[in-house]
Amino acid sequence: MSTKSTSLYQKAAAALLAVYAGAAGAVTDLPGGPAVMQLNLDNPATRIASEQIWLHWVVMGICAVIAVIVFGAMFYAILKHRKSVGHQAQELPEPLWVEIGWTLVPFLIVVGMALPATKVMVAMKDTTNSDLTVKVTGYQWKWGYDYLRGEGEGLKYISTLDTAQRQMADNGTPAAQLPNDYLLKVDNPLVVPVDKKIRIITTANDVIHSFMVPAFGIKQDAIPGFVRDTWFRADKVGTYYGQCTELCGKEHAFMPIVVKVLSQADYSKWVVAEQKKAAALADDPNKVWAMPDLMVRGEKVYDSTCIACHQANGKGGGPIKPLDGSAKVLGCKALQMHVVLEGQNGAMPSWKQLSDTDLAAVVTFTKNHWSNKTGQIVQPAEFVAARAGKFPECSGSDAAAPAGATK
Amino acid sequence: MSAVLHPTDAHGHHNEGHHHDHHPKPAGWRRWVYATNHKDIGTLYLLFSFCMLLVGGALAMLIRAELFQPGLQLMNPEMFNQLTTMHGLIMVFGAIMPAFVGVANWMIPLQIGASDMAFARMNNFSFWIMIPAAILLVSGFFMPGGAPAAGWTLYAPLTLQMGPSMDAGIFAMHLLGASSIMGSINIIVTILNMRAPGMTLMKMPMFCWTWLITAYLLIATMPVLAGAITMTLTDRHFGTTFFNPAGGGDPVMYQHIFWFFGHPEVYIMILPAFGIVSQVIPAFSRKKLFGYASMVYATASIAILSMIVWAHHMFATGMPVTGQLFFMYATMLISVPTGVKVFNWIATMWKGSMTFESAMLFAVGFLFVFTIGGFSGVILALSPIDIQLHGTYYVVAHFHYVLVAGSLFALFAGFYYWCPKWTGVMYNETRGKIHFWWSMISFNVAFFPMHFLGLAGMPRRYADYPVQFTDFNMLASIGAFAFGLAQVYFFFCVVIPAMRGKGAPVKVNNPWQDPDGKGAEGLEWEVACPAPFHTFENPPKLDATATKIIA
Repeated sequence: MSTKSTSLYQKAAAALLAVYAGAAGAVTDLPGGPAVMQLNLDNPATRIASEQIWLHWVVMGICAVIAVIVFGAMFYAILKHRKSVGHQAQELPEPLWVEIGWTLVPFLIVVGMALPATKVMVAMKDTTNSDLTVKVTGYQWKWGYDYLRGEGEGLKYISTLDTAQRQMADNGTPAAQLPNDYLLKVDNPLVVPVDKKIRIITTANDVIHSFMVPAFGIKQDAIPGFVRDTWFRADKVGTYYGQCTELCGKEHAFMPIVVKVLSQADYSKWVVAEQKKAAALADDPNKVWAMPDLMVRGEKVYDSTCIACHQANGKGGGPIKPLDGSAKVLGCKALQMHVVLEGQNGAMPSWKQLSDTDLAAVVTFTKNHWSNKTGQIVQPAEFVAARAGKFPECSGSDAAAPAGATK
Repeated sequence: MSAVLHPTDAHGHHNEGHHHDHHPKPAGWRRWVYATNHKDIGTLYLLFSFCMLLVGGALAMLIRAELFQPGLQLMNPEMFNQLTTMHGLIMVFGAIMPAFVGVANWMIPLQIGASDMAFARMNNFSFWIMIPAAILLVSGFFMPGGAPAAGWTLYAPLTLQMGPSMDAGIFAMHLLGASSIMGSINIIVTILNMRAPGMTLMKMPMFCWTWLITAYLLIATMPVLAGAITMTLTDRHFGTTFFNPAGGGDPVMYQHIFWFFGHPEVYIMILPAFGIVSQVIPAFSRKKLFGYASMVYATASIAILSMIVWAHHMFATGMPVTGQLFFMYATMLISVPTGVKVFNWIATMWKGSMTFESAMLFAVGFLFVFTIGGFSGVILALSPIDIQLHGTYYVVAHFHYVLVAGSLFALFAGFYYWCPKWTGVMYNETRGKIHFWWSMISFNVAFFPMHFLGLAGMPRRYADYPVQFTDFNMLASIGAFAFGLAQVYFFFCVVIPAMRGKGAPVKVNNPWQDPDGKGAEGLEWEVACPAPFHTFENPPKLDATATKIIA
């Protein structure tokens, strides 16, 4: 039995190694992110991260010395004090100083490790006097960045994993064909200036997320209903990668963090460009849209916001309700507007952080895509009114919804 | 004859005639369903926990298969989260905890010279309540929306998004918790009231000591878990908002309550392991346990300290700096009494006359690998470093080093050590050694690379990962498959044959004793192998060391 299992295991291992040989090769280190066969913490890009690495080396050193002594004694005894070499058992005296000694010495070592750790910890917690404050909001499953104070104040945007990469994951694409920044590429990275103290305020919209950038030595949970903060001062220009580190549901592995650190000049240029773009993009919520334009816009919003749960075919799955053929989608406008603004049953979050135009577009899109052919158009102005509490009334023509639409 | 499937010589070799049964014991299924005998119940517990180990292990194999390479090949991420959650819950509450209760049931009355556990019927109830609990827990996979997928820690508010299986899981954990509390009451009362005359507390075997302290920890903390999950339940269904910020609740409060249970829980799972190792190492070193009193004090210190370190699981939630520092210092202090235990074990081996039967191999393997888990624990205790490593594979590596190589290896050591007492036959030593080396090597292949993944920043509970993490994940998966197979081998080639009575019959009371009298000590080795159905019906008279019966 044993030999049979072993040989099976060897065959399996050989097969796995063959797959492995095919998989490796194309992958190289990602600067600012993980390296191939990385053995230690990321290359530091902040003073705090350097201190953490130094502390880690110190403690590793102490542990290594203790390990050599403890395991040395253990293996010496195993080799020499065994019956097969004729060693006779001898009871040892048990003087009190032995027990006191090996209580006190580890205690002193522990105190010795705690002192430098305390110093680093206190520095990590000092979030005062920041040059730039950015609020980071965790959503299921994307990150929102709001520039609260400092250069760039007022900028806000959402950062999402590259849709093509998410598709690669679903397709089970072989490792050899995956890009080097697989699962680490986003549409809108967080952009900050170099050598400036950046204070990150975290919160969340739905469940707990965690904002981590290893190269900066930061990790801070983003907790719904509460704010917490951390800080970093990047000392090198570059792009740095992190991922969500608190289980937040289905797409937990698919909400990366990308931080671009720019020189002060480049950062100022970026801020100006972004502010112009934001001004140009700002939609007039009173504009009356035509159906085809709203459908195009709606599809974009759907693909970046809704598709992760409701799927491209609008059928959802498991606890996720289908949109295609849904009574609420087919029913009068107010039904679906309530759902997107307020969420539903704890599973569908509220999407009130989207703009009125985006909301109107995506609702119109879902009402007129797949087999849904309601012909209804929801205008941004209707969302403006809805936010003020005035939803469109369910008139006769609208309310062609099947029975049970209020379900 | 309790752990023998087909007892052929139920009254074969009794050394003490007055231990014969004078009333018929129930046979067939009634023997097990109506069981009140501590040995039968111990056997039930051990078999149950092994089943759960295989179920939880199967889930782990699926997890490692999905993580063998990047991309989602086998399942969607929701399914993956269900697997990690259920793997954790099943292993903690279904495999490790009941296994130690099983060993306690078997060994504590035998070690202290008691006739049975104090509350025999409650003992029956505390076992059988676990069966519906396990069914409820596992059946989550077949409920709408699938099994709970919020991680074994069941953090709010993610739990509020789960389907009906979450409620089933909460109810299952209530039942398992009730079972644990009943088991603990039974153990405490048995140890405090039913020791044979002359067995003072400070002469008690270490396994009884560690379990006595563990039982107090269980009684102190299981109700806290029950509170946390009940609050989750009312948040889900009755509109309370304990953990829902929309109603003024606090999600972080859940974590505080959970870890107030959760940290003592990890010591609940390791202290009895310390106890087993403290029995096995002296037996095969042919010496007394070095520093017995300091071992007792160290165990008690660990238990007390374990109640004030819970928030080291929460450094990334953002506590005030004083909180971070307090929990860092308290956590680092735990390494002191734990270190004392390791030093005492090595001092016990020092100048011994060691032999390396399977039990000793697993005990020494425990000592080696558990200590590595201790080192990674000290590193994690330092909160500046923990900020980097929290929520990454480093933590996964750390707790598998202490829970698999710690608790599980100690359970294996206990199995090999007491197998002759349980079954009356000697297990196959070659197979035991294969089991050890196979487990030891594959365990390290599976879990050591996870330290590197964690240092490089790979988060845990990820269904998919950046390509740079591929190599170590493949290695870990290969090790994990091998480790899983090793346990199947153990069950079919070691456990089943022993239970069927295959193997050399043990004719003596103490198979672990040399002719010169050195080796295993304790009252369990004063009765026949296998232990008769009833033992110590009359309190035995003990010698001064309380390890031998003199009349």
